[in-house]
Amino acid sequence: MTGPDDRIGPLGFPDPGPARFSSVTDARHRLAESGYLADDGIAGVVHLADRLAKPVLVEGPAGTGKTELAKSVARVTGSRLIRLQCYEGLDESKALYEWNYKKQLLRIQAQQLVDEPAGVGSDGTAAAGGAGGQAGATWRTLEEDIFSEEFLLTRPLLEAIRTTDPVVLLVDEVDRVELETEALLLEVLSEYQVSIPELGTIRAERIPMVFLTSNNTRELSEALKRRCLYLHLDYPSLERERDIVRTRVPGITEELADQVARIVRSLRTLELKKYPSVSETLDWARTLVVLGVESIDAEQAKATLHVLLKYRSDLERAAKELQVADQATPSS
Amino acid sequence: MLDVLTGFVGELRAAGLPVSMTEAVDAAEAVHHIPLEDRDALKYALAATLVKSSAHWKAFETAFEIYFALRTPHHGADEEGRADGEAEDAGEEQGEQPTGPGTGRGRGGGAGEAMSAEELAEMLFRALLSANDAQVAALARQAVTRYAGMEPGRPVGGTYYLYRTLRNLDLDGMLRRLLETARREAGGNLTALEERLARDEFQVRLDKLRRELEDEIRRRLVADRGSEALARSVRKPLPEDVDFMHATREELTALRRAIHPLTRKLAVRLARKRRHGRKGPLDFRSTVRHSLSTGGVPVDPKFRYPRPAKPEIFVVADISGSVASFARFTLHLVYAISSQFSKVRSFVFIDGIDEVTRFFEGVDDVAEALHRINTEADVVWVDGHSDYGHAFNVFWERWAEEITPRTSILLLGDARNNYHASQAWVVQEMRHRARHVYWLNPEPRAYWGTGDSILGEYAVHCDAVYECRNLRQLELFVSELA
Repeated sequence: MTGPDDRIGPLGFPDPGPARFSSVTDARHRLAESGYLADDGIAGVVHLADRLAKPVLVEGPAGTGKTELAKSVARVTGSRLIRLQCYEGLDESKALYEWNYKKQLLRIQAQQLVDEPAGVGSDGTAAAGGAGGQAGATWRTLEEDIFSEEFLLTRPLLEAIRTTDPVVLLVDEVDRVELETEALLLEVLSEYQVSIPELGTIRAERIPMVFLTSNNTRELSEALKRRCLYLHLDYPSLERERDIVRTRVPGITEELADQVARIVRSLRTLELKKYPSVSETLDWARTLVVLGVESIDAEQAKATLHVLLKYRSDLERAAKELQVADQATPSS
Repeated sequence: MLDVLTGFVGELRAAGLPVSMTEAVDAAEAVHHIPLEDRDALKYALAATLVKSSAHWKAFETAFEIYFALRTPHHGADEEGRADGEAEDAGEEQGEQPTGPGTGRGRGGGAGEAMSAEELAEMLFRALLSANDAQVAALARQAVTRYAGMEPGRPVGGTYYLYRTLRNLDLDGMLRRLLETARREAGGNLTALEERLARDEFQVRLDKLRRELEDEIRRRLVADRGSEALARSVRKPLPEDVDFMHATREELTALRRAIHPLTRKLAVRLARKRRHGRKGPLDFRSTVRHSLSTGGVPVDPKFRYPRPAKPEIFVVADISGSVASFARFTLHLVYAISSQFSKVRSFVFIDGIDEVTRFFEGVDDVAEALHRINTEADVVWVDGHSDYGHAFNVFWERWAEEITPRTSILLLGDARNNYHASQAWVVQEMRHRARHVYWLNPEPRAYWGTGDSILGEYAVHCDAVYECRNLRQLELFVSELA
């Protein structure tokens, strides 16, 4: 394993290793090739995250492609995606590592089976004194044995650190864990290492790219935010959304994609409980394609709006505002 | 570069953004890895390292535009335009605008020589119709030169110049014209849906024009007075610090957008607090019962979890003009977390009082309910000027019986009573009957009791009086209430 010194670059930054992306434009192009249309902001942050060897905290409304970004980066860089789904009550043994105690028990029992025939065979009282030292020695070797890597169950975080092949670590919905549990992540995120009391510190062979996503249901701790680059993914612009629809929905006409994007943009200017997300836009576009719609008119919009909006009050308001409810003018 | 960066970080801190030492170092390191001539890349690099909350983006953007407006070679073209502007400010107002040669957007500017107001409007109209961004930008510069009437050295933030320019451009009229043209082009039968889409599209283009104008004005101001001075005068409060009573329409929209995630966060936090409050005494019976599984050894002590009763809330809000938006936000917040209360009832008054709980029942859209309050509630008794005394009097006659010892009463208003009788005894009686009586006042503390404000007379009978001028204070109060 490498020493600590040669891994630290100037200003105390860990050495990121060979660059995954040569420039911002390179990052954008390669992401686009894999089907993820990044704008300059997204590509810039991905590029920086690689160069600075820092995790990226991606925040934004649901369904704007936060998780997809991590997946795409993994695809593009030819890395394995390791995913840690967060939930309330997540703990060390689920996120970092756990000792495989069943196997440890087996190992101890197996040791006893080896030892016992010898113990029974010799004279009971005489052996007791001599066996003290011997038992101590076997216990120590046994302990070293059962706390070795063979008995370690790696969980996502440790897994991402330990593997030698390139990986992208995705910590999904990090805002779901309690504030205290966040601390589990800190060592991994800033030093790319995991300390196991019985084993010592395990350092990353190669620094993985890390993405954390948050739906912003609570404020994340300062300590976590400080260690990350921050990327806010909002709903895409009209042009980008149109392009996304065109790349992700096969068989859609340019005109329909444009119309879809424009209607969705108009919907997002309304005061709704839940705005249509990008994934819902895609669902809607697919629905329209399946129905064989060439150009959306009021009737079709009304009939399919429920794909986009999930609350009754939102549906009513949208129908009212877009005036698709009360009249049936044929489209020109 | 380092100097600029330090100054920039200082400005962000002054604007209220929490930028730590490590983040500043990160930013400096990040700058190494991007091509410096690319202004957008610089912006995103700085944003990613320095700004860790989407609510702070706006403040960051303003500061960035000011600090990195003209220092990059990329914007040489603008610098020329600015020099022109300055020459003009010094000279006559209706002067000709010589365009910077080879600016690329020269076309719009070149045609602008000695252009009349009608011609400018016409060109702008055509540029907007065809969504020609470069031309719109060039024309925006023209418009600023012509209409803003900028005076060098005046310590203003630019809003005034923007207002003058916009007044002359008449964007509403422009929108109407654009729509008419679109209608004509479609052959006269545009469906309602298409019309709506066209309107939204033009609105977006007009917003872009407005941003161009703002940028142009800011660029000239920076050139005139330098980044630091300008940054100071355009510093705006963060959304959570915006004053309810003096919020502009734009700020109110931003607030409405901000309140939704806020209520969600609040609800999650309160639910968690309720679940995790583990400070009960030892539950002896339960401990012994559970010790049976460990052979009578109490390995796992059990505690009695406190189960605090959910409070019942009465909101009594003044919704007269000056404090209406405050009442609106408070009601919104209270109803959004109504699951934390056993019951919420709301009453609104100006000089008459009306119960409005019915508007919220079975409605999952709080904004809609608030809208109905404004239009349907019966709150005017005589003249539609606040009369706290009369409103409280009627409240007591009609609903006093329903106040129980579990009720917490929130009184919202600035207590500006237009010199009517205060009827403070009602508040005193309320306090005897209810668990708590709180008063929330959207005015700054210093104004309480001045003029026709008679808060003092009510305050002595309340459990506490809070200043609630912005979302931050309101959120704090509500989270303590539940």
